[in-house]
Amino acid sequence: MGKTIAEKILSHKSGQDAYANDIVVADLDFVMGQDGTSGLAIRAFEDMQAKKVFDPSRIAMVIDHSAPSPLQGVSALHKQMRDFAAQQGIYLYDIGDGVCHQLLPEQGHVVPGDLVIGADSHTCTYGAINVFSTGVGSTDLAAGLVSGKLWFKVPETFKFVLNGKLPAGVYSKDLILYLIGDVSADGATYMAAEYTGEAVDDLSVEARFTMSNMAIEMGAKVGLMRADQKTIDWVQAHSKRVIQAVESDEDARYARIKEYDVSSLEPQVAKPHTVDNVSPITEVVGTPIQQGLIGTCTNGRLEDLRIAASILKGKKIHKDNRLIIAPSSRQVFIQAIREGLIETFVQAGAAVVTPGCGPCVGTHNGVPSDGENVISTANRNFKGRMGNPNAFIYLGSPATVAASVLKGEISDPREHIE
Amino acid sequence: MKLTGTVYKFGNDIDTDAIIPARYLNTFDPQELARHCMEDADAGFPDKVKRGDIIVAEKNFGCGSSREHAPIAIKGAGVSCVIAKSFARIFYRNAINIGLPILECPEAVDAIQEGDSIEVDLQSGVIKNLRTGKTFQATPFREFMQDIINKGGLINYVKEKS
Repeated sequence: MGKTIAEKILSHKSGQDAYANDIVVADLDFVMGQDGTSGLAIRAFEDMQAKKVFDPSRIAMVIDHSAPSPLQGVSALHKQMRDFAAQQGIYLYDIGDGVCHQLLPEQGHVVPGDLVIGADSHTCTYGAINVFSTGVGSTDLAAGLVSGKLWFKVPETFKFVLNGKLPAGVYSKDLILYLIGDVSADGATYMAAEYTGEAVDDLSVEARFTMSNMAIEMGAKVGLMRADQKTIDWVQAHSKRVIQAVESDEDARYARIKEYDVSSLEPQVAKPHTVDNVSPITEVVGTPIQQGLIGTCTNGRLEDLRIAASILKGKKIHKDNRLIIAPSSRQVFIQAIREGLIETFVQAGAAVVTPGCGPCVGTHNGVPSDGENVISTANRNFKGRMGNPNAFIYLGSPATVAASVLKGEISDPREHIE
Repeated sequence: MKLTGTVYKFGNDIDTDAIIPARYLNTFDPQELARHCMEDADAGFPDKVKRGDIIVAEKNFGCGSSREHAPIAIKGAGVSCVIAKSFARIFYRNAINIGLPILECPEAVDAIQEGDSIEVDLQSGVIKNLRTGKTFQATPFREFMQDIINKGGLINYVKEKS
């Protein structure tokens, strides 16, 4: 019987002929923790009476969730991570280096065919480059640090076939929001999502990361794509590691298959307080906004900043709005400076903050006040997500956020597309 | 082991930001985390929850982030067990790894109300509503997971294996 991408990678890494619902113990290619989760993992590592990590060259800790530290307690956590990294010889990405899910692919740590865990739910991002990557908690991370192995239930696969071409002004963010709205926040729980079809093939690798990043918002364990020539070229430009790309077999068994025609899709917005509360933008246009956020592991990449800057260039944001820009990594930041994007943002009235997760996850750098509406390129709009349970978060594409802060209300980005 | 407790009921898609907001992740102390447990879903919860109480929720409990602080906060608040129609995947794993008992049982969730007193047999997975006398059978754990639970979590499991 044929296999899905998920079944193939987990078979290869466990040395077992594995199919959906089998339990396997598999070898990990890379293991990652961030500053919200690494502290607990280091403690669990010590509780397991471990002395050495399994392989320092396959482990990174990333200080991104509260970077630079806004609090004494966080500073202590950061120090603990720096000390652990120095003692074990693992990679440490410190404040300003960027968001973990941008760094792992960008720095060449993960390549097609890999099995990766990260103590962050959006670890599913690297599925876009054919990596089986999934989020785990701190104790699982510690077990991975010690042994380089972890147990997995091989997931069933939910295949999304996306036909047609996306219209102008409609992006991969709109597409993934639409899918989440359609299948709901637990529509793919315990499953691997697999995105295929012409609309996926047409996307840049950067735009594909956005779709895989949000697989967790439908409950999925990973959001996989096949590796095409674009993927191979992108990965080879970032990594020297050997690529072992895998494709699903023709006769692979899927738990569910859904087909969509994307050619008449409108920009989409997720309304408070759940990611699956999705509407076409035409239904929410005019909703007043006080703050915009462009950044995060979902949409803080160079392509995202270019799209936003093309709308904001030479203009000023609405006088009653704030706009926060958080490039997803130091490299993205540098390139955005070189291309004049950062000047465009600052001239337009934006506040550019350190590459990192702060505003999205509500640790610092842009906590909204009571009753305020925020439009954000992030992946979550849960109540309290940005640090205030009395604020309201709408999610959209970088183009939608840029168009909205110009008017001070949710606005259709297609008005800016010639 | 049999647990008896009073039920606090929650709806669909209770996310990890509701269970413990990221602004409190600068500590791992279960008691400190417990002071903010569920506060964005029910601001009064940390004050009213008593040791042994049981959370009963609709589907997709614990969706969102991978933060293990979420089951730790619930356990720290004294909650003895969480019963839901379904759990989000990472929360499910984390709860087992840190030794917070969780049970999936849609029928029980439908038949239990806020304030009910219920009895849970963790070994057999039988849930009894003491108000109505009705009993329900939760989905049993896979053998592998039961093994981790029996050893009191993943840390002990790894220690014994190495």
